[in-house]
Amino acid sequence: MIEVSDLAKYYGDLTAVENLTFRAEKGEILGFLGPNGAGKTTTMRMLTCYLPPSGGRASVAGFDVVDESMEVRKRIGYLPEQPPVYNDMTVQAYLRFVAKIKGVSSAGLKGAVDGVMEKVGLTDRRDSVIGHLSKGYRQRVGLGQALVHEPDVLILDEPTVGLDPNQIIEIREVIKGLKGEHTIILSTHILSEVSMTCEKVVIINNGRIVGEGTPESLTAQMREGEVVRAQISGPRESVEGVLRSIGGVVDVVPEGAAEEGDDQVYVVSSQPDQDIREQLVRKVVENGFALRELRPLDITLEEVFRRLTTEEVAV
Amino acid sequence: MRNFLAVYTKEMRSYFVSPVAYVIAGVFLFLSGYLFRNILMQFNFLCMQFAQQAQYMGGQNLPNLNLNEIVVTQFFGVMDFIWLLVVPMLTMRLFAEEKKNGTMELLMTSPISSLQVLLGKFFACLSLYTIIVALTLVYCLILELYGEPDWGPIFSAYLGYILLGGTFIAVGTLASALTENQIVAVLLSFGMLLLLWLIDWSASFAGPTAAKILQHISIIEHLKDFQRGVIDTKDVIFYLSFIFFGLFLTTRIIESRRWRR
Repeated sequence: MIEVSDLAKYYGDLTAVENLTFRAEKGEILGFLGPNGAGKTTTMRMLTCYLPPSGGRASVAGFDVVDESMEVRKRIGYLPEQPPVYNDMTVQAYLRFVAKIKGVSSAGLKGAVDGVMEKVGLTDRRDSVIGHLSKGYRQRVGLGQALVHEPDVLILDEPTVGLDPNQIIEIREVIKGLKGEHTIILSTHILSEVSMTCEKVVIINNGRIVGEGTPESLTAQMREGEVVRAQISGPRESVEGVLRSIGGVVDVVPEGAAEEGDDQVYVVSSQPDQDIREQLVRKVVENGFALRELRPLDITLEEVFRRLTTEEVAV
Repeated sequence: MRNFLAVYTKEMRSYFVSPVAYVIAGVFLFLSGYLFRNILMQFNFLCMQFAQQAQYMGGQNLPNLNLNEIVVTQFFGVMDFIWLLVVPMLTMRLFAEEKKNGTMELLMTSPISSLQVLLGKFFACLSLYTIIVALTLVYCLILELYGEPDWGPIFSAYLGYILLGGTFIAVGTLASALTENQIVAVLLSFGMLLLLWLIDWSASFAGPTAAKILQHISIIEHLKDFQRGVIDTKDVIFYLSFIFFGLFLTTRIIESRRWRR
């Protein structure tokens, strides 16, 4: 549905994005993840024909964004970071206007506008002036605007930014409800959002792709071994010695500085595919220490993101 | 056509939903009404003087004073200056506001050409202008009630006004497309319009060829024939080509974003 190959954009000497290659299949939700200023918005603007690429190609539904821009525009719904609404219009009048310029036929206009208001939950606000609506409702109007012509592809630039937690959940539900009908590209710097809504993630930093895959494959790829977190009380030196003697343990790191004899948290790493927990419990008890807590540490997408985006800076 | 109409209706609606249209129409009509009254009073005074003079001369039949030449021409002559001040305020928001609000991104990612957007906006603004100008017909009706104005030159003057308005609006639209700040847009269009207005002044100090060119560029110069009742194709073409040129530059500016690779 969306194919991007070697896409690049330069603003003068500044490289916004470079060597961008990815694809999204029909019905997929692709998460576009990156810190602020990574080039997410620039990429989306190129996909929506707002900005021309400096190099490479991008196509949406088989149409090139440069050569067949009008065909692409008919097939995309785009919600920029700031919802593009006219503050002096009512919700209904605004959606009608957008539907008209997006090419919805006069006969289908009323149905399209009513349908989309239903979908994003604006039916009871249809006559409100947009300028008087709260941020959450404005965001819904923005989403409605992107959906009103039933586009094949939806491009959403940070759709939940600036909303309160309840509104975030509501908007996410709306987006999840759209899955299947539309191919969705969603940019965000909120990681939980990606793991909650997206099947595929592209992580971008400083204008380059630094990671790509499903949320699970990305975390698996990052995992270098098993890690457990154990809280043990006992003399620090001897506890550490005992932990290191367990077969398969690679490293033991005391977390924080606790005083002698007090509870101390150790982060114990072991080789991949080795569960050391049973052995650890046995050893601790055998040596007369007390085990307060034992918990496997799962690497989160958050960590993947942090590692990928900070490593790049160092390079 | 459909896209053009969609933009056109949206623009018209936004003029009339906000106080802009009413305030501008109100201020303009008040000022022009005030000027019209004064011109009329002056004409009255002249008439009285004229009659006295006639009596003094021994009741000879002097020719009547020309209502058109004194009242109509003078009135239209001051009205264009008010428009020079008002039009930039009608046009300032056309593109600057879209850019500031981020709605430019909506328009430019919709299957609608920049020309359709531009023409929708231009004609909406021109329609509002024409409506307000048409309201001044009331003054001419007052003349009709108490005198015998010649309607030919009045209508040709109105035609000239619509062409002049189109020119002003084209310049204002161009200024609005250049910036996202509405105040900058107003000042730019003031600057450009005033310069185009006063440009024939420097004709007095220029060489004969340059003087002719400068006189020709002056946007007011071409209105004088219309006010006298002469519709000269030369003047019509001047205004139309000016409008065309302004709108052409505006589309180039809107699309310039797409060239910057």
